[in-house]
This record gives sequence, C-alpha cells and structure tokens, in this order.
Amino acid sequence: MKEPRYAMTMDTSRCVGCHACVFACQGENALPEHGFRDWIEVETGGKFPHLTQQIRSHRCNHCETAPCVTACPTGASHVSEGGTVLVTRHKCTGCKACMAACPYDARYVHPEGYVDKCTFCLHRVKRNQQPACVEVCPTQALTFGNLSDPNSEVAQKVSSRRHVVQRPSLGLEPQLYFLLPTAPLAQAGD
Amino acid sequence: MALRRREFIKIAAGSVGATALSGLASRWWGLDADPIPDPNTDGDRVVPTFCELCFWKCGVLAHVKDGRVTKLTGNPAHPLSRGRLCPRGTGGTGLLYDPDRLKKPLVRVQKRGEQAFEEVSWEKALDEVAEKLLRVKEKHGPEALALFSHGYGGSWFKHLFKAVGCGNISAPSYAQCRGPREVGYYLTFGRIMGSPEPLDIANARCITLIGSHLGENMHNTQVQDLATAIGRGAELVVVDPRFSTAAGKARYWLPIKPGTDTALLLAWMNVIITEGRYDQAYLEKHALGFDELKQHVADKSPDWAYPITGIKPELIRETARFIAASRPASLIHPGRRTTWYGDDTQRARAMAILTALLGSWGRRGGILSPGALEIPKFPQPMAYPKGSEPLDRPKPSQYPLADEVLASGVCDASIPGTKGRGIKAWMVYGTNLMQCLPNPKQTQKAIQALDFIASVDVLPSEICGWSDVVLPEATYLERCDEVWAPAYEQPFLAIRQPVIEPMYESKPGWWIAREVARRMGLSDFFPWTDSVEYAQRRVTEAGYDCHVLRDTGVVTGKRTPTCEEEGLSLTFDTDSGKIELYSKALKELGFDPLPEFRAPEPPPPGSFRLLFGRAPMHTFGRTTNNRFLAQVMSENQVWVNASAAAEVPGGTPLKSGDLVVLVNQDGVRSAPVRAKVTERIRGDCVYLVHGFGHSSNGLKFARGRGASDSQLITRAKVDPIMGGTGMNINFVRIERAEKTS
Repeated sequence: MKEPRYAMTMDTSRCVGCHACVFACQGENALPEHGFRDWIEVETGGKFPHLTQQIRSHRCNHCETAPCVTACPTGASHVSEGGTVLVTRHKCTGCKACMAACPYDARYVHPEGYVDKCTFCLHRVKRNQQPACVEVCPTQALTFGNLSDPNSEVAQKVSSRRHVVQRPSLGLEPQLYFLLPTAPLAQAGD
Repeated sequence: MALRRREFIKIAAGSVGATALSGLASRWWGLDADPIPDPNTDGDRVVPTFCELCFWKCGVLAHVKDGRVTKLTGNPAHPLSRGRLCPRGTGGTGLLYDPDRLKKPLVRVQKRGEQAFEEVSWEKALDEVAEKLLRVKEKHGPEALALFSHGYGGSWFKHLFKAVGCGNISAPSYAQCRGPREVGYYLTFGRIMGSPEPLDIANARCITLIGSHLGENMHNTQVQDLATAIGRGAELVVVDPRFSTAAGKARYWLPIKPGTDTALLLAWMNVIITEGRYDQAYLEKHALGFDELKQHVADKSPDWAYPITGIKPELIRETARFIAASRPASLIHPGRRTTWYGDDTQRARAMAILTALLGSWGRRGGILSPGALEIPKFPQPMAYPKGSEPLDRPKPSQYPLADEVLASGVCDASIPGTKGRGIKAWMVYGTNLMQCLPNPKQTQKAIQALDFIASVDVLPSEICGWSDVVLPEATYLERCDEVWAPAYEQPFLAIRQPVIEPMYESKPGWWIAREVARRMGLSDFFPWTDSVEYAQRRVTEAGYDCHVLRDTGVVTGKRTPTCEEEGLSLTFDTDSGKIELYSKALKELGFDPLPEFRAPEPPPPGSFRLLFGRAPMHTFGRTTNNRFLAQVMSENQVWVNASAAAEVPGGTPLKSGDLVVLVNQDGVRSAPVRAKVTERIRGDCVYLVHGFGHSSNGLKFARGRGASDSQLITRAKVDPIMGGTGMNINFVRIERAEKTS
C-alpha cells in the first residue's frame, strides 16, 4: 500500500460561503476568539450586469513542499501523517518565520504564544471521522481523503473534475484542490 | 571527564528511545514524540435536541463536558439536518453563553422605553403579570389582550391565551413575512407552503428564484438540496436586483427592476403559452381557467415587459424556454419573506400559476405533498372557552383572505382612537417587535397607550426595553418544548430537551406560562407536572418509545407518496377541487382573478429603493449580539452600486468602508453605516442585511453596530387581499456621515 497522502477538494460550484466550516472548526478545535484555521474568500469579477463570482473555503494547503517547515528554526512545523503539516506547540517560539514563509496566510498566532493552523483534524481522522469542516458543510462542498488511493472520493474528484490550486507557479504542490463548475455560469442579462 | 561522557551517552540514549517510540524523526531537540493534539471537545454527554437559532429547527447534537456545552454538531438521524448544520446552528453556544442574557425578572421603574428596571423575584414578577392581565380581561374582556409570538417555545403562551379566551394571537411571521405566499398558493392549489416548504429542490433540473436568496437565507435542508441539485447538473435562473450568492451560481441572472416581478412572470407565461411549451395534459386533467389565462397574458409579451422590468425581450424568451424545457422538474421557488410591495398575493399567484403551467405541483423535482405523523394532543380536562374575535382588522371585510391574525393589525388596534378595537395589554414572546413590524414609531405609540406590556425573551432586545415586566426565559439548550412533527417528505417526530440546567434565574417557557396561568385561575389547562411529562405522554400515545427518542432526538415514520411518480393521486383543496388558474374566489371579493401588473412608485431622483435581506450567519436581530457568530459579521454594510456611488454627493466618489447615513423619505436618519460599493447591485436600489443597528442598552455587543432597516421602514403598503405589509416601498438618500473619531 502506498503511503497515504491526505488532501481536500473544495467544490466552488456548491459553496455558498456560509461560514459553517469556520465555526465548526472553531468549536471542534476550541480555538480562541478570532482565531481561524479556515476562512471564506469571495471573488467577484466583471462589471454590472456581466458578473462572475467564485466562493471558496480556504485553509492550510498542506503543501508537498512546505516552505513553513523549511523556515521553522525549531522544528515545530513539521510534516506528519499523510503529508499533513502540523505545529508542535511546545516547540514553537512564536517567531512567525513560518507565517512569513507561507504564501497562503494560513497561520495565526494563538494567544498562548504559538502559531496555530489547520491540522486536517487528524485527531478525528484517526477515529475514522471526517474533519469538522467537512462534516458540517451544508453544501457538501468539501471532501477529505487519501489522494494516494485512486478509489477514494477525493482522488476521483481530482481526476474527474476541472480544478485549480492556489498559486501553482510557486511549485509547492498544495493539496487543497478547488473544483470548478461543470457548466458555464451567469449569462447576466441587461 | 568519564562521568561527563557517561552523562552524554545517557542523554543520547534517552533521546534515541523517544524517537524510536514515536516512530518519527524529530530534528535537533529530539526529546519527544509528535503528538497529534486532540482538543478534547467531544462531550462526556451528547444530548440530541433541535435548534432555535432560526425557525427551521434542525436536529443538533450538543456535546457537554464538565457541565459546559463545548460544541454543537448536526444530528445525522434528523431529516432536516442530516448531520450538517448551518453557521448559526453551529454557533448556538454564543447564545447560551452570551454575557448579556436576561438573568433575572425585571420590573420597569421609569417611563416606558427608558430601559430602566429593577431586578425582582419570580414571585413578584409573575404576580404582576397575572394581576395586570386579569385586570384588563375583567375590565375590557379577553379581546383587549394580545399575544405576539415567534419561535417554537411560543406554543405554551398560545395555549395560555387560548385558555384565557383571547383571539388576538399573532406572529409577525405571517403579515410581515410569508403570509402573501401562503394565500397565493392556497388560492391556486388549495394548500399553503408552511415550514419546512415541501420543495423537491434536490431533484429539480431547473430552479427559478424570484428574489429568494437561498444560500444567504440559510435554511439548512434547502441549501443542502440546492447543492445536491447543482451537483446533479441542475441549473438556476435567478431574478434579483442584486447579484446574490445564488445568482453567482446561476445560468441566468436577471437583474430586474425592483417591484416588477409580476410583469416578468406574465411575460414568461405569454411565451410558454404562445409557443405551446406548457403541460397540456396536466392542465386538462387538473386545472380550471386556462382559456382565461391565455387571453389574459396574450398582450403581456416580452416586448411589453421589457420597459417595465429592464430585461431584454430576447432574454425573457430564452429564459422562458429554458424554464419550460425542464418541466415538470422545473421548480419555481415560492420564496419565504414575500411582503414586498403590497400586491404580493398576486405575485405569489403568478408564481403558482407558472408552476401549474409547468406541471410541477405534485411532481418529482417540483412541489410535493408530504404527510405528517399524527401525535395525539395531551388530554385536557376542559375545552378552551370560545375565543374572542381577533381585532386585527378594522372590519371583517377587510383583508378577507388573511388566514392568520395580523401582528401589524393587532398593533394598530392598540392605538387609541381605533374605534371598537382598543387592545390594552400585550404579552410578547421571543419577537422583537421594534425590528419586525414596519414603522417602529407607530409601534411605540401603541405601546405607550397600553395598560400593560410584558415580554418573555432570552436577550434584552428593544421590545424588552419597552416592557413593564421582562421575564428571562431559558435558551433552547436549557429547556424542553412542545414536540414537533411537521409535514415533510420523510415524516418525523423530534423533541427538544434540556442539554444543561437553566443558567442564572432563567426559566423555561412552559413553566412561565403555567405559573402565569395558575395565578389567573387557569391551572386546569396546565395539568402536566412539567414539559417532559407533557412530551412523554404525547410521544407514548403516538406509539413511539420515549427512551429511543431521548437518545436519538428524532424518530422517523412511514413515508407516504409525495408526488405522482411515487403514486400520489393529485387532489386540490380549492373550492372547485382543481388547480384554479383563474380565481373565482378573488373575483367574487372584488380582486383581480388573474394577476395584473401594477407598477410600484419609483424612487425619486437622488434616492434609492431600500431593500433588505439576510446573511447566512445571522437570523434577523436575534443573533447580532452573538459574539461567536459576530466574529465574521459584526455589522451590516449598505450595498451601493459602483456607478451610482460615484454620483453620491460629497465631492469624491463614495468608497467601500466610507461611513454614510441613510435618510428616508420621511426624514428618518439611520445610524452611521459603512458603504459596500459593489457591482453586485442595480443602481436604483441599496441593500442592507436586516437585524442590525440595535439601540437596546442591554445588547452590549450589538448596540450601535450597523444600521437598522426597520427604522427606515416608516411606510408599508398593505396587501388588500390578506393584510401583508409590503415594506420594499421606502426610499433613502445617502449622506456622508460626519467625521467620527
């Protein structure tokens, strides 16, 4: 069996940007007020009435080549199971080198002094549960799984759907795949 | 030296051991394993119940650890949540642990509306409420009392008022919200939509939204179904002056001139009928009045509708064909808050008639006819007394098709000088009338004239500040309410049960209602020891196991056919027993038997039509003080079209983030609110998310954040058919706010 590679797909055709993922993550992970491991971005293009819109739920990309891990002077940022990038809290000095290195702004400083970020809810994955954001999503826009397994839902979606990753030119091989709508949208009328 | 060397080896060995145990290579510290941290938020106890952050009532699982609710997740067994929650449901802890909650009963010590209270005992507060209600009843009769209620806990108070013999039992969710829709669909199909609406969104191939902003309006199951439909390749047609979330996912977005939807609907019907794209067999079998309809829309061509709606004729034709191509799985979403322009029943009729042309009522992917589980009532030792005639209408002939009591009418009937109406005392349960009735000044006038007003709430909303007595209710996570068994595709029975003990001195609604009843000599109507006994009795009588229900929160029942494809034989509870395209009932009452378009008054030059709606993480003003939810939206913004923003007086073009004041046609000024300058809205209207701009001192977080649309809604156009208050008829101009520090 190949080493697992955890990844997530985020279906932009489904997401309504409701923030349930953001709140479920906060609740599940007992995050501090205004400490967010995931967030929503809405991108609108065009001029009235010819508009397009993409809504995305973002989190750490758990990059295959993770600059935050390289930048970390203490080894707190590291690669864990399935390629998941984690921070070992007591090794973290809060120096923010990882935050400077991350092109996705996926990390924040926890009030207790360490840098915090998405863990793909590995504590839940180990119990055969889905990450909290995936579980709560009313639009089922998020799919988590093992990309190394070609039969997994996540692998099937990546292979069958048109998708993009954020800032691919950086060559970091981010593992958050944004699925695009299958049909053209918004033929606005005036 | 030797010693130091041994020490070194010992340390090194320990380090290797630790690394070996963890199985992971740590870098230079190498002293420990690499634990995957578990935040330990799973509960020691997990209590299933149902939500009250909005009125959809999804099943939630409340995780409790050391007596504290750590998180709320969706109940997988509940047909409305299916294991998933919307943001508000997830954020219920923000209500439970809101530091601004009402904690003790309060009695007013200064003038009404000055928000000055003293804390009193429950005994004293309840004595006061019962005595004052009784005094009004004895002096003026039960018709001088009124209840306003919203939310599932209100059932206990409705029961109390029925026991008193009072007919003025109202909810703003009718005349200020879904009322016109219910009447329009009832007239056409003989059935109201109710809640949850019986829509087969998941199986629709084409979904048409007329001003409905599903996705921002976050009714969990509907949004789940919308996403499922999109996943299956369904396409959306969105008619909205604003580029809503749904519009961003639509095949067609029609940025219609506000208030002209009926013209578009008539033109669509014109195309569908002229081109023979309707379901002829379905109409022949089930509907009456097709010939009249055909004649009625004959001159309502896309060319006719273009100057009215601003939608080009070819686009009207193209969308009409697109909608008809998917029939019968072509769903015209009936909407929910439909009180817009005062002719709303007729617009709802137009939507219902279009639904009939598509043959989608009673069909897969259309509107279903679901059943509900039957739960016997708790046996009462005596029947309710005959209820007084509601005084919500000046005369019975007015608003003849209203099938619920009009909250706005009850308010009007409390203003002195309304002949023969004189309501003298209010009880308000869970509804902030200052934000949900139009023209808050009128509401204040009514309140100032009352002999007595009491409110029951969880938070000190504005209406509490206007009350004589304020009774602090326990939140939905601390109480057991009435059992719930709505009509739904998958029939079910759900219970709300206390997750933790009520905090502070708050009390559950069933207890408050019973204690008031006891003091009014109505104990016989409350024969249960508590709401748990009440619920258990009803559940057991219905043949369900209470223990199972306690553990799961919900039981599902047998599905019955909901559409023709499932073997349903279509019946219509109209006068004729058929779908009434042409409404004789309306004709006889002197209304248009087929919907006519009547143009609303346009905004004066330099002004914008004020539109309002919802954001996914808020339910009106009920959640704006929820600090958890407010993390991502703590104030509203006024949406202004980018080109229009350049024309706003003040020298430089208006930018996003600039503070402005909205001034309405009657000179009412909003609180300062930030502009959102955007391409996503037409230039003749502005948009606010409803529920912000609180003024209550007790809402320490929400007070002063954003602007209140309600305050600017000083006018309403009342639907003559059913009394709904059309509120989209107010205009505002934009002024730059004075520089604030």
